Amino acid sequence: MWEILQDCWKSIPGEAGCENAKSVQSCHQGKDKIDDELEMTMVCHRPEGLEQLEAQTNFTKRELQILYRGFKNECPSGVVNEETFKHIYAQFFPHGDASTYAHYLFNAFDTTNNGSIKFEEFVMGLSTLLRGTMREKLEWTFHLYDINNDGYINREEMTEIVRAIYDMMGKYTYPALKGDVPKQHVDAFFQKMDKNKAGVVTLEEFIVACQEDEMMMRSMQLFENVM
Amino acid sequence: MAAGVATWMPFARAAAVGWLPLAQKTMPKPPVDKKSRSDEILFVNVSGLRFQTWKNTLDRYPDTLLGSSEKEFFYNEETQEYFFDRDPEMFRHILNFFRTGKLHYPRHECIQAFEEELAFYGIIPEIIGDCCMEEYRDRKKENQERLAEDTEAENAGDAPLPPDATLRERLWRAFENPHTSTMALVFYYVTGFFIAVSVIANVVETVPCRPIKGSIKDLPCGEKFSVAFSCLDTACVLIFSFEYLMRLYAAPSRCDFARSVMSVIDVVAILPFYIGLVMPENEEVSGAFVTLRVFRVFRIFKFSRHSQGLRILGCTLQACASELGFLLFSLTMAVIIFATVMFYAEKGTKGTTFSSIPASFWYTIVTMTTLGYGDMVPDSIAGKIFGSICSLSGVLVIALPVPVIVSNFARIYHQNQRADKMRAQQKVRQARIRMAKKGATNAFLQHKEDGGLQDGDGDSTPFCVKNRSAFEHQHHHLLHCLEKTTNHEFTDEVTYSEVCVTDSVGFRTSRSTSLSSQQGATTTCCSRRAKRRAFRLANSTVSVSRGSVQELDTLHVTKTPAGTQYPQSRSSLNARTEDLKLNCDDYTAAIISIPTPPANTPDESLPNSPAIPGILRNSRSSTFNTQDTVKISSL
Repeated sequence: MWEILQDCWKSIPGEAGCENAKSVQSCHQGKDKIDDELEMTMVCHRPEGLEQLEAQTNFTKRELQILYRGFKNECPSGVVNEETFKHIYAQFFPHGDASTYAHYLFNAFDTTNNGSIKFEEFVMGLSTLLRGTMREKLEWTFHLYDINNDGYINREEMTEIVRAIYDMMGKYTYPALKGDVPKQHVDAFFQKMDKNKAGVVTLEEFIVACQEDEMMMRSMQLFENVM
Repeated sequence: MAAGVATWMPFARAAAVGWLPLAQKTMPKPPVDKKSRSDEILFVNVSGLRFQTWKNTLDRYPDTLLGSSEKEFFYNEETQEYFFDRDPEMFRHILNFFRTGKLHYPRHECIQAFEEELAFYGIIPEIIGDCCMEEYRDRKKENQERLAEDTEAENAGDAPLPPDATLRERLWRAFENPHTSTMALVFYYVTGFFIAVSVIANVVETVPCRPIKGSIKDLPCGEKFSVAFSCLDTACVLIFSFEYLMRLYAAPSRCDFARSVMSVIDVVAILPFYIGLVMPENEEVSGAFVTLRVFRVFRIFKFSRHSQGLRILGCTLQACASELGFLLFSLTMAVIIFATVMFYAEKGTKGTTFSSIPASFWYTIVTMTTLGYGDMVPDSIAGKIFGSICSLSGVLVIALPVPVIVSNFARIYHQNQRADKMRAQQKVRQARIRMAKKGATNAFLQHKEDGGLQDGDGDSTPFCVKNRSAFEHQHHHLLHCLEKTTNHEFTDEVTYSEVCVTDSVGFRTSRSTSLSSQQGATTTCCSRRAKRRAFRLANSTVSVSRGSVQELDTLHVTKTPAGTQYPQSRSSLNARTEDLKLNCDDYTAAIISIPTPPANTPDESLPNSPAIPGILRNSRSSTFNTQDTVKISSL
């Protein structure tokens, strides 16, 4: 309360002309921030019942229990926001900068697009990736690459994703990253996927091209028993 | 890694599916997770107090006793529980650390007992949460200082010198600790006496004595008894010089001694006399010579060797420098402001003493410190008004910093030796945390070079992968997948910069080039590269990448006899860039003499390629056993 008063006092028109606008803005922002903080602390999301989740996903009850215990321990409020997500992902990839990729990943998990991942979204995403059919996994991956959700992957989106992945590698790699390696990677990808040379990749093209790719199918199978 | 990260591991690995369409190579096989995924409750009995917790909770920190297989040593078969004969009260805090990820320091516990418990359970104290860190550090500092003071008091030079101490050592000891021998004590008091004599002589010199017969003017005693005084002065200076030279001779480190404050004081005390000796006796410089005599008063500072209190005062002033500086600065500001105001206020008055602004400085200082000599007094009304404001504000400006300085003195008096210890501990703490962080990021690189990422079958690597948790396996697999996706590998800074240097020579040939062209093109650059490695080996620094380089080079030596194995080895060990280095360096192995541990060279001829991984592993495992990789995990 006192801070709001102080901020508003500072915003009273005076000699410092251009500082006014900023301070007025920050006055309002300050108020919003306090509201946000109140909201965040009061929000405590509880997931649906165990039976419902078991029905909706491909996990057993025990697995869901273990997952939820870990999740709840980490996020007592029941939701993960993007900052926490980026922080977690950064710990897995300390060599480079994982924040961009974490951002896209967050959007892929956040199916309701409300800026936070609840336990249901988390578990459903995991279920698709670990226990889903091949088509479901490929659809999920397509959804990850399609940043603006328009049903097509164009070159810019792909370049963004590939750059984000290379950012995670960091600076010290062998062989060293020379030239525009992400761009070459994207070109190779498009050559493989974009059969009709339309410049964009649709979901069907993507799925068909992936299913033709022996190497990728083998790799997919390796990930079956990740959990 | 922290607890929470372990929870997210399955998620991160699942998300790696998103890389698959981009990957240009096949993914490596994931580590086999032999353990069942179901969780169980463990019973931990600590001196009779039974705790229960999920197994997963303890597995969060695999580098601690409870999180690793080390706890199996404490497993009691009959009662089906883990029994620890330790303090149950402390264990509560340890277990809370596993549960919440934050370590709290219980304020009522003894700091040393707490640290011992932490050490037993394999937890480093640096991860104490911020809420308790301040308290912990203060208590630890206090404790250490108390202990240090006790031991210092015990040993403080009272221990007898070894009988074969040189004259120099004995002399130095006599100087530093006068109470150790009677001779030293005598010397101590004699020098003290002469310092006093010298100072008193300087003072008395200026006192007016009765004039000599035949003259009316009063003479200062110094001129009346000039011979006596100069003799006294010479004697004192001789004794001081002798003392200084003796100290200089006896000092274990002459440079350090010459730079110390006491030695500077000594020099300044005797310098005027010698300068006076060499200076010619003409009128112009005699004025300067007189000024030099002022420096003789510095002899009084020599007393600080004899007085601990004086030394502490000096330290205090040094430590309070910022407050004193602030006082000085604010005073200067105020003085300038008020002097200017007073000057202009009194400008109109006839015959005013405020002749210039610098002249007004004197008035301002005298007024602000409430001295009020009265030699300069404002006449005009404006002057009087501003004068009164000046004296009022003077009280404030001076009174404000003074209590701060006083309280500082009290604090510093108690802490005058603790400033250094605090700094030392800070450095150590930062160094340990840095080491822990580096340990985590380098863990993957170490794992790679240990050959843990081979695409061979998983069972045949029991030696190398000892003590690696499932979490680490999975993490390394994840990083490996990223490498495969981007078709680049993680390295560390050293190798990266090295590769950049050799890059221009064209060392990194693509795998598609034939071996012969490789042989021809790369002998020279490889030899340069390998020579550089051999040079580094000679330096034998301790770092992860260099450790691995050492291993590689020992392998190169063993591979020399197998001249015909190249084509097979290249195909079997796919996607390992170490191969390129291996193949190249065989030619230079003869040139380099690398000290190979005899256990590493297999005597029999090398079998064909599928077993080469085996040899690689065996030799690595033996070097492994000699290495001590204790990973401290905290991110």
